[in-house]
Amino acid sequence: MNRLQRFLKTWLLLELLSGLGLTFRRMFKPKFTVHVPEEKTPQGPRFRGLHAQRRYPNGEERCIACKLCEAVCPALAITIDIAEREDGSRRTTRYDVDLSKCIYCGLCMESCPVDSIVLTRIYEYHGEQHSDLCFTKDMLLAIGDHYEAQIAKNLEEDAPYR
Amino acid sequence: MSETVIDKSGWLNLEINGKPVQMPPGSTVMDAAQTLKVFIPHFCYHKKLSLAASCRMCLVQVEKIPKPVPACATPVSEGMKVWTRSEVALAAQQSVMEFLLINHPLDCPVCDQGGECQLQDVAVGYGKGCSQYQEIKRVVPGKDLGPLVSAAEMSRCIQCTRCVRFGDEIAGQMELGLIRRGDRVEIVPFVGETVESELSGNMIDLCPVGALTSKPFRYQARSWELSRRRSVSPHDALGANLIVQLKRNQVVRVQPFENEAINECWLSDRDRFSYEALNSEARLTRPLVKKDGVLIEADWQEALPLAAARLQNIIERDGGEALGVLISPHATLEEAALMSRLARALGCDNIDHRLRQQDFSQDSKNVSWLGMPIADVSQLKAALFVGSFLRHDQPLLTARVRQAARHGAAISSLHSVRADWHLPLLYENVVPPSQLVTALAALVVAAHRETKATQALPAAFNEVTPTEKDTAIVRTLLAAPERAAIFLGSFAQQHEHAALLHALAQRLADDTGAILGVLPEAANSVGLALTGAQPQKGAQKGGLNARTMLEQPRKAYVLLHTEAPFDVAQGSAALTALRQADFVLSLSPFRPAEEGASLNALPDIVLPDIVLPIAPFTETSGTFINMEGRVQSFHGVAPPLGETRPGWQVIAALAGLLDQPFAETTPEAVRASCVPSADSVKARLSNRADTVLQALPKAAQKTVERVAAVPIYQADPLVRRAPSLQRTALAALPKVAMNAALAARLNLIKGGAVRIRQGNHAGENEVTAVLSWICDETLPANTVRFDMAHPLTAGFDVYGEFHLEATP
Repeated sequence: MNRLQRFLKTWLLLELLSGLGLTFRRMFKPKFTVHVPEEKTPQGPRFRGLHAQRRYPNGEERCIACKLCEAVCPALAITIDIAEREDGSRRTTRYDVDLSKCIYCGLCMESCPVDSIVLTRIYEYHGEQHSDLCFTKDMLLAIGDHYEAQIAKNLEEDAPYR
Repeated sequence: MSETVIDKSGWLNLEINGKPVQMPPGSTVMDAAQTLKVFIPHFCYHKKLSLAASCRMCLVQVEKIPKPVPACATPVSEGMKVWTRSEVALAAQQSVMEFLLINHPLDCPVCDQGGECQLQDVAVGYGKGCSQYQEIKRVVPGKDLGPLVSAAEMSRCIQCTRCVRFGDEIAGQMELGLIRRGDRVEIVPFVGETVESELSGNMIDLCPVGALTSKPFRYQARSWELSRRRSVSPHDALGANLIVQLKRNQVVRVQPFENEAINECWLSDRDRFSYEALNSEARLTRPLVKKDGVLIEADWQEALPLAAARLQNIIERDGGEALGVLISPHATLEEAALMSRLARALGCDNIDHRLRQQDFSQDSKNVSWLGMPIADVSQLKAALFVGSFLRHDQPLLTARVRQAARHGAAISSLHSVRADWHLPLLYENVVPPSQLVTALAALVVAAHRETKATQALPAAFNEVTPTEKDTAIVRTLLAAPERAAIFLGSFAQQHEHAALLHALAQRLADDTGAILGVLPEAANSVGLALTGAQPQKGAQKGGLNARTMLEQPRKAYVLLHTEAPFDVAQGSAALTALRQADFVLSLSPFRPAEEGASLNALPDIVLPDIVLPIAPFTETSGTFINMEGRVQSFHGVAPPLGETRPGWQVIAALAGLLDQPFAETTPEAVRASCVPSADSVKARLSNRADTVLQALPKAAQKTVERVAAVPIYQADPLVRRAPSLQRTALAALPKVAMNAALAARLNLIKGGAVRIRQGNHAGENEVTAVLSWICDETLPANTVRFDMAHPLTAGFDVYGEFHLEATP
């Protein structure tokens, strides 16, 4: 029986025809192509794009310089220097992310006890040289300020699963 | 005091988690667990401190005891069965953990202890993982404990009282205490006071939580990002073992490396916080060459040949004797050995490291040392300290002496000031410096009479009559044969009759059967004496020692790690000698003190002609030999800063340029050729004095005598530049202390100041300073104390005549 099936499959080109059938059926369905950058694919709340640093509503930066993200980063992309600020609080004096090292695993975000470092939905950025991809604290804070509404929404949507 | 064979008869048999173990009676379940390497979580228990059993974390289950008991405070008994991980024990530990965390803030990410916190570790290992506590946590206000220990977050305290017990038992000064009760209990310093102990840094190590943390290290780094490397302390002669911790190749913290034979698990603040100088602005990163009276940065290619050429010129013109080499006793053995070798090759025997000594008449081939292993100091039954600023010179040895005193040792002191060692002294004899010899001679006479020794004393001793106190001191020494010691401190070694004092102490030790010990001044004093960094009598014509080198000015000086007026006793003579010299070459890790700099209050400071930046102890390999003759070699733990180079390399390069090249080219080869073996060190260590006791000197008729200590935080270039140490109370401005009678004679008014004048060399180069004065009734008559080595006082000749007058 097996042998007969195989004989028919081989000589009647059934597999070829079923493949062509799929192509034929697709011809009548709407096209899937997305015209980037004019069009965008849908993104989930856990999308892991460009990094950002957040602030509290009162403008105070969230980061408390605990260094957990630096410790957890598997690609050693984060560099932090810390010092005591005049008001006695523990703050970073330097928070660099080297995007050319980052593998976008999101562990920094997971480890952050104050939801300060987050990965945004931004994925369209580039650098012409290595230094363009080294983001400093000020740049990350600016990104955070700009996209705060979206970031907050992402976190809220994801909160039940964390 | 040698190793004894352990006799296990009478020991008790018990079982922990089913494993049998034998323990001596009186030991605790915690001891037994540690013998078996079974870990029982604990906070308040510490092997070096007394038991408190207050944290209850070490609860374990014991057979036939219905409730769990604290392992640290439960003595072992025959047939005892202990379970540390049973259901009962674990439940007890979890509950205790929950209670401890009720009032402990759970913001570990901002805490400086995070990552090295015992509470964090134990909570993960033995906690429940959740809490039933919903109410408000208590808040404890932060305290100001001075510039070294940060107590800004006292809410984190779990009241284990380790810091309190440390202060009371080890540091000898109870500076922290526990007030109130229940959940309001708090660790506080005395009202308005800070922690001023010279061992305060150990509280940081002891604190199991983030309540007491290091202030200089605060918010600098996390423990997990530091690389840890071993080193040896370059300060006192104890040679404490260090773990130097680096972040990105920069030293950010120093912690003790546990060594029972030397520093146990402690460090003095000097060892712990002097690292700050290594990264300070004061570090020199490029050679300096003097041009038109100003030091300008230069290349090695320019500075080194210039230094060699100028040395060569002077030696060709005036011979090798025109050169003087002053080596700091904090220099490594390798640097000093190579420097001495180079100097001798150039025909110069004027080499010395005994920079603060003034009596060199005992030029013995023997090298003085502690006379016993350091660990044996805690076992002493009686000790007499002659002229020792023990707490300032050897802070951790003081802790050992304190241990001995706590166990009932009779500690006595013969000195020109009252001892402030924070330990119970049985007898104390305070005499003016000029009377120190007579006072020691009185002890010798007392010992002679007590023991009825056959060897007669010289006739000069007939005039000396011992007091009852002298006899009592001698009796304490006689009462503890083999466990008694006589120590000569830095004041005795720097005394104008140092050799005589040594000989008298020798005689006293011989008559009483006590061990004679000498407390060396600095990290490598013993090592440099062994390596020959001092004039070698017999070889050529005897060279000049540190004192004569400055009193008979040379044409050129080489200073190795030495900072001229600060590190020598004869400040004014040093300034004069260096100013008149044609060429001064300094090898130092630091910029020379410049005018207007905070370090320098001296007028017209001498600037060296060339300064070559050499590595401090963290950046070079080297060897120190400590007071018990232990050879401790270490590697560089950090790369040299800027263009700094290890000292031995610089000296070797200089030797090459002076046509005296060395064969050694690697640190290993240098070590092999310069460092003596442990056996040969042992053979040469001896405190036997070669001075023959004959006459006693007539006390010189000085109107006012001076006692001068080296302040603990001015003792070497490194601590002088450590900013946090300089802010401590122990580094306060020097004051002139005297008793009320002398103050009245000088017409001093309370709160006023006193002007000190010292005219050197027939009125030339007068040195003056205005210091505030304090009344100290414990000082002997006609004696003033103002310390040396401070910028305000370094210009004075410690032993010279001086005048005091009141200034408004």
